[in-house]
Amino acid sequence: MRKFDKDRLLLGLAGPALALVVAFLLTSVVLLLSGRDAIEPYQLMVENAEFTDVQVLILNQTGTYYLAALAVAIGFRMNLFNIGVDGQYRLAAMVSAVVGASVTLPGPLHILLIVVVAMLVGAFWAGIAGILKTTRGVSEVVATIMLNAIATALIAWLILPANLGVQPAGSNDLTTGEIAESGWMPGLDVEGGTVYGFTLVAFALGVVYWFVLNRTRFGFDLRATGASESAAQASGVDAKKMVLTAMLISGAVAGLAGMPLLLGQTHTYSLSFPVGVGFTGITIALLGRNSPVGIFFAALLISFLEKTSASLDTYGYEKEIAIIMQGLIVISVVVSYELVRQYGLRRQQQKVGEELAAQARKTKKEVAA
Amino acid sequence: MANHDIDITIRRGTVHALVGENGAGKSTLMKILYGMQKPDEGTITVDGAQVTFSSPADAIAAGIGMVHQHFMLADNLTVLENVVLGGEKLHGIGSKARRKIKEISDAYGLNVRPDALVEELGVADRQRVEILKVLYRGARTLILDEPTAVLVPQEVDALFDNLRELKAEGLTVIFISHKLGEVLSVADDITVIRRGTTVGTADPKHTTTKQLAELMVGSELPSPETRESTVTDVPMLTVDALRLTADDADGVVREVLAGIGFTIHKGEVLGIAGVEGNGQTELIEAIMGMRALDGGVITLDGRDVSRTSTRKRREDGIGYIPEDRHRHGLLLESPLWENRILGHVTEAPNSRKGGLLDPKAARRDTERIVREYDVRTPGIDVTAASLSGGNQQKLIVGREMSHRPKFLIAAHPTRGVDVGAQAQIWDQIREARREGLAVLLISADLDELIGLSDTLRVMYRGRLVADADPATITPEELGSAMTGAATGHLEHNQNGEGR
Repeated sequence: MRKFDKDRLLLGLAGPALALVVAFLLTSVVLLLSGRDAIEPYQLMVENAEFTDVQVLILNQTGTYYLAALAVAIGFRMNLFNIGVDGQYRLAAMVSAVVGASVTLPGPLHILLIVVVAMLVGAFWAGIAGILKTTRGVSEVVATIMLNAIATALIAWLILPANLGVQPAGSNDLTTGEIAESGWMPGLDVEGGTVYGFTLVAFALGVVYWFVLNRTRFGFDLRATGASESAAQASGVDAKKMVLTAMLISGAVAGLAGMPLLLGQTHTYSLSFPVGVGFTGITIALLGRNSPVGIFFAALLISFLEKTSASLDTYGYEKEIAIIMQGLIVISVVVSYELVRQYGLRRQQQKVGEELAAQARKTKKEVAA
Repeated sequence: MANHDIDITIRRGTVHALVGENGAGKSTLMKILYGMQKPDEGTITVDGAQVTFSSPADAIAAGIGMVHQHFMLADNLTVLENVVLGGEKLHGIGSKARRKIKEISDAYGLNVRPDALVEELGVADRQRVEILKVLYRGARTLILDEPTAVLVPQEVDALFDNLRELKAEGLTVIFISHKLGEVLSVADDITVIRRGTTVGTADPKHTTTKQLAELMVGSELPSPETRESTVTDVPMLTVDALRLTADDADGVVREVLAGIGFTIHKGEVLGIAGVEGNGQTELIEAIMGMRALDGGVITLDGRDVSRTSTRKRREDGIGYIPEDRHRHGLLLESPLWENRILGHVTEAPNSRKGGLLDPKAARRDTERIVREYDVRTPGIDVTAASLSGGNQQKLIVGREMSHRPKFLIAAHPTRGVDVGAQAQIWDQIREARREGLAVLLISADLDELIGLSDTLRVMYRGRLVADADPATITPEELGSAMTGAATGHLEHNQNGEGR
């Protein structure tokens, strides 16, 4: 019954399409209400995206967001809400930058060390929430929110010059010191800039994510736990172990989210390292319905909004329009997906009923004949 | 959905039974009558006036009320509070409401105490509260969806007395049941639905269960009888001194299973009778490894599995037909072929060595199960939720049997399953039993229990209090032991070897 597959695909696309249209319309309403042209900002943004340097910016940002969203999606697939991706990502980026700056190793090993440290730190930070949930029943939502705040404070303390930080001469920024060149990841030089090497790794991880979820026992157990914890438990899944494992993996991937920027451009963690990547990751995972392809396009869209809106100021529009739009996307995504899901379920039940009735009528006729 | 050309006329002041196969469209019809679903065409007429229902509120306004199979009561509220909940505008929430409840209760002999806490009530009492709730809202027509599924025979009789009272007062009852004997004893009219359409009516005075079954499925009434014994003396599952405790809502440690001990041999079906909530669920979960034991030993095929994980136990040959298939047996929003993998993800044909799934083989095998176990579905890519209850159950039975279990836990294996599928499931259990399968059967259907079991035990408040010989015991005798009134060996009513 391929028909049902096609149905599912169409319904799968209907959700995001509906959400985007609604978000777009609502943003226009906001623009009109504030007495502005409701179309021009979009035109400006599209024109902006025609510059190759903006395109490279968008692509690199997409890589970072892709990783953050994958981290969130791993949790979502088993009904875990890892809000702490942001804290995991920042702490991982900081600690791995410190470790990276303190050693010199032959190229690939140096990079590998930084990446592994980042994954371990991310996993550790998420694992705290995992252990709290499995042993004490603390909601992972609460625990990870708290851990975000703790990470912020911890980073602020660690980066003090008295501890691990360095204050470059003539700057009031604080950094963790520059990583030696052996720890820089080569990128792809294109017209308009350099695509970070790790951006490509990020997209490759999407393939791994798909494979693990859909083609391995572990992935099946994880999805089963997300679909019905009680059924998964009866099927032999150790729910607690699964929660902890999923949190660890989610945290490890979150730890990677800082790598494109760290290995490809800044080569140090500083106070100006982006904040909020993990939260944008939640939006993207929602919009992309936790599917590796969906997340890619969602990440691309959000990066597009962000990077092309930067210059709106010069035309008399606030660049916060893009942020408003992001917010509206989140709300409309949640509403429209639920609508489409319920509609899909009802429709399928109806169709199954119809087909069975048709079959029944056919056999009846045959008997009669 | 699966309904077309449904014609049904229900006379006022009668009990009208609706019988039919699973997926025949009974529940759809009920949903339409109760305003939960809209018909594509056709009309509903109540008391001569044509009506359209767009929500249950409309149906209630037209005097139609529904008592669901699963009770919808808040345990921590009193009967009075439960009844007025959502109907505060009718008679307030105070003494007027209490008077009204008393009045209804007395009028129909429901015997409901308004100030009792619902959590203290038994199943039968809860059902009466549900009925009262509907009457309180002014219903003149009651729809009862499989009301006897959770009751013991004595309670069924009491319910039927209530229904007769309602009828005598001019109310109308629509009664859905799979148990044809019950239907014949209580109904004034019977309508049979087959494959989405009404195929006939029957007069209970001149109809036998056999004829009714033939009308329903076009085949003979199956019986769970299984008299030729295949019991061997090789123990397959031994449970010894099993103890399980749980904290209740107040934090008090309660013993939910105490001193449970039995042995099931190869080729033996051990039936456990008992009113739901007396520890059967916990016993199953303990054997499946979903709960850690507080004491006792479980031995499967000569090996101690007391501390083995659920997955290992399943791999070692425990098959599981869960009592609540939605909670424990299926991923409702996943396609059928993924449901075929559930519970057997590490076994062939679902996965290869090395932890990789084999979706192709799993899909192929799902096709086979759908074919061999007569799962009525347009394909294996539809979600489990879109199948009717009986077809979901056939899929589960097919899945579990496909792995050739050594020992099968069958909890209510035919609950909510139509007569045809019921016979099929019984046949499959019997077939496997001949080949040496040991079965732990837990069922609320006493005929099924007596018919299929080689040995019978009665469970009451977490203990096995009585045993009986299925060859001689009657459902009534079993029923009285289920309420705790009789213990020991039931046949001679003496203190036998039962523990």
